[in-house]
Amino acid sequence: MAKPTPGNTAPERIRNFCIIAHIDHGKSTLADRMLQITGVVDPRQMRAQYLDRMDIERERGITIKSQAVRLPFRAADGDDYVLNLIDTPGHVDFTYEVSRSLAACEGAVLLVDAAQGIEAQTLANLYLALENDLHIIPVLNKIDLPAAQPEKYAAELAKIIGCSPDDVLRVSAKTGEGVEALLNEVVRQVPHPVGDPGAPARALIFDSVYDTYRGVVTYVRVIDGQIHTRERIAMMSTGAQHDLLEVGVISPEPIVSPDGIGVGEVGYLITGVKDVRQSRVGDTVTSAAKGAAVALGGYRDPKPMVFSGLYPIDGSDYPELRDALDKLKLNDAALVYEPETSAALGFGFRIGFLGLLHLEIVRERLEREFNLDLIATAPNVIYRVIMEDGSEHVVTNPSEFPTGKIREVHEPVVRATVLTPTEFTGTVMELCQGKRGQLNGMDYLSEDRVELRYTMPLAEIVFDFFDQLKSRTRGYASLDYEPTGEQSADLVKVDILLHGDPVDAFSAIVHKDKAYGYGISMAAKLKELIPRQQFEVPIQAAIGARIIARENIRAIRKDVLAKCYGGDITRKRKLLEKQKEGKKRMKMVGKVEVPQEAFIAALTAGDAEAAKSVAKKLKEQ
Amino acid sequence: MAGPAPLGDPVPASGALPPAALANVASTPLSLYLHVPYCSTRCGYCDFNTYTATELGDSVSRATWADSAIAELQLARRVLGADAPPFSTVFVGGGTPTLLPSADLVRVLDAAQSLFGLLPDAEVTTEANPDAVTPASLAELRAGGFTRVSFGLQSTAERVLQVLDRTHRPGRSLEAVREAQAAGFDNVNVDLIFGTPGESDDDLERTLDDVLGLGVQHVSAYALIVEEGTRLARRIARGEIPAPDDDVQADRYERIDARLTAAGMTWYEVSNWALPGREARHNLAYWLGHHWWGVGPGAHSHVGGTRWWNERHPATWTRALAAGHSPAQAREVVSAADRVVERIMLETRIRAGLSVWELEQPALDQLGRLVEHGLIEDPRAKGDRVILTLRGRLLADVVVRALLP
Repeated sequence: MAKPTPGNTAPERIRNFCIIAHIDHGKSTLADRMLQITGVVDPRQMRAQYLDRMDIERERGITIKSQAVRLPFRAADGDDYVLNLIDTPGHVDFTYEVSRSLAACEGAVLLVDAAQGIEAQTLANLYLALENDLHIIPVLNKIDLPAAQPEKYAAELAKIIGCSPDDVLRVSAKTGEGVEALLNEVVRQVPHPVGDPGAPARALIFDSVYDTYRGVVTYVRVIDGQIHTRERIAMMSTGAQHDLLEVGVISPEPIVSPDGIGVGEVGYLITGVKDVRQSRVGDTVTSAAKGAAVALGGYRDPKPMVFSGLYPIDGSDYPELRDALDKLKLNDAALVYEPETSAALGFGFRIGFLGLLHLEIVRERLEREFNLDLIATAPNVIYRVIMEDGSEHVVTNPSEFPTGKIREVHEPVVRATVLTPTEFTGTVMELCQGKRGQLNGMDYLSEDRVELRYTMPLAEIVFDFFDQLKSRTRGYASLDYEPTGEQSADLVKVDILLHGDPVDAFSAIVHKDKAYGYGISMAAKLKELIPRQQFEVPIQAAIGARIIARENIRAIRKDVLAKCYGGDITRKRKLLEKQKEGKKRMKMVGKVEVPQEAFIAALTAGDAEAAKSVAKKLKEQ
Repeated sequence: MAGPAPLGDPVPASGALPPAALANVASTPLSLYLHVPYCSTRCGYCDFNTYTATELGDSVSRATWADSAIAELQLARRVLGADAPPFSTVFVGGGTPTLLPSADLVRVLDAAQSLFGLLPDAEVTTEANPDAVTPASLAELRAGGFTRVSFGLQSTAERVLQVLDRTHRPGRSLEAVREAQAAGFDNVNVDLIFGTPGESDDDLERTLDDVLGLGVQHVSAYALIVEEGTRLARRIARGEIPAPDDDVQADRYERIDARLTAAGMTWYEVSNWALPGREARHNLAYWLGHHWWGVGPGAHSHVGGTRWWNERHPATWTRALAAGHSPAQAREVVSAADRVVERIMLETRIRAGLSVWELEQPALDQLGRLVEHGLIEDPRAKGDRVILTLRGRLLADVVVRALLP
């Protein structure tokens, strides 16, 4: 029988699967090994080839990631199969993207480090896979490690997914041991795709990547019908139509497929559009001429959950920041932003993110790829504020928090899962309770590992939860969360006033019980950070008109150089001019001069001591 | 003299000035500064251009200083030309000038007299270290034409002198001042340093009692500055002694001003007080932008908007002069804009004040705010001059920054 080619592959010969794993548990190494064993990459070429590839990416700035690799494989039964290995994004913030990747598969390899056991995030993705009815193949990796405890973790996995410990495969992605057997198990266990080849085409978009040269590259899995080269396609959520310029598969280099792709196949489409928003993850692609009537289920608009103001440290960088965001947006359908002006920080943007990691990624890319120095305000979530008169305000920025009689404030809540060694159970519970968490249940995964499930306000997770969890468990606990709705809570806005003037960048919406602590800590930090002025400067924290904390910066009494004789004159002139320049970089809050670094230090450091050292470092830069 | 020399433009070997700098040489008062870069030991707070015998090595001797100084005076005569006026003031500073034999200082003064002349009422000052004078050496200076002596007394409290690494015992400085007065000096200054870590309010009061008991004509009182690179700075960085406290220094300054004012002295610059008519005219020459030639290693000069500074090391300075070259290391021609900055910076600090006619917008708009904050007197009541209040003297740099263009 002829080897199956793209566009001419019987669904019975196809296996679509993904690998669910925690970072560092060996997913990439396993994928590399699969590329070698299936012969799409020569073992001796492997390393060189991938380095070259990265160089090209770096030079051209393109991102041809292996979103989905087509692997031809002659199985133990002697038949030729096509295995499509579909990549999944690895983090909590991208749950929706993960769910779409999973929806493109019939099976999942659950890959767990035999020395570490399963992590919270992996568990969360496993649950997602089960919700998508994927067949799970449990696999322990790194069995060659001396620290490996395959018996123990096989039992743990068996318990979690409800199979026998003997069903858990054991591989070493590093040495290749067990990997071919695993591929045979994929062929044997994972169901083949089922679809109607005669129906109008329907393909699920599971990823969408912007490439500088080709425009948006859309990754799809065909459910019904056939996607033909050079036809006109339609996006079913928006009705937008595009001409298909190219259809192909990745193996692991792009291979153009003149016959298009058919039922069960995975491939890429290029239409020449320039913005990933025109080709959204979760949407259904159909043919424009004889399109499908009903879209595939499960499409959702990406919804930002966490907001933060980003401001250029040098105000003149504002246009660069705007351009950079416009560029990032091309490749990030979830990124939303709008211009924002802060009295304290100047011109910037209020940016919506899927979560904290998304925020970190975007910020890091802006700083690294676009060479911008940024101040980020403390992240906050979306609040729904209901007034006494029944009107409703949606608040994404504390400074928009309404004044007047408030009936209720609603905040988003998440279902959080923490996996921790049992010795830290008490510590973790204490932390979660302190963060207004409600315990929904706990399960022992093994003798020494426990899964804790909480309902918790997202705002508490966003504020310093992850760092504290890691530090209190010496890095052993792992966290996952997903939004589950909202709750009404006793929330207030705390303002920070300098010499009577509120500093918008420091306002925060916090639980009533935490307002005092926030006020005290912010006032103490600012006292250390703001230089003495010619007059006494009170720093106050207030809820509405009520002052809850206060510090004073005493007036400066001495600012004069004792001596200024012949040889000092040139030096002193230069010093004064430098000081004058420094003053220009100060931000005026009312009558108070605040150095730029004070804002950054107050927003980033945990306490007054830390804030002082952050400010010192920034000043020396 | 403190700190590293500023970067500047090269100076020709002849030392010749840009012609424009010489335009007003005849009509502008001319002063002479002589720098003696030697000390017996280096004090912990000092970053002046000075060398102990060990730091200096064998290559250069104190004995050659006077000859080289005279050589530089001869160069000055050539550079400034026949129009240069006689010196109005002469000031010998250091270092420790009195480490040299009085005869050397007198010989250089004689050379200045014969090359340029001195005005009949010229103020001729030398700095003196209490440890390095005797009744005889002081008498020799007085007889040789010195009219004024300035003692680095700093404090009479032993623990303060220890932190400052001063070697003289507390009683010695008072003795030295009396010896100067006995030698015929009726114009004596003492330098004080206040706000040294460990100094108490009482230490300061007793020092002021001692100084006022001497009947000196002039007091310079400097808040201790911790200069980078000094032993004092390192000791503070290591936490051995606390850093000076600005609020304490402000309190002490106010106390000094009150005591000196009660004794009949008046402030005439932020750190200087004098009996009427005994203001140091040499200092005023710096602040009013007169001309001065600085002779000696690292000495700074100013003539007609050109500033230059000499090679800092005594050996380098000596070699340049021996070869018949200018010992200047570099110079800068102060632009008109910088000249404005300098006038604001210097004249704001003196009691005569800065004329508001020197100012332009937006500085003029700041005057009301400065009056309101109590930093300056109302210029309308002071002949249109910007004059610091007591509070303003302690915040003089705030005022200067507000007035800079």
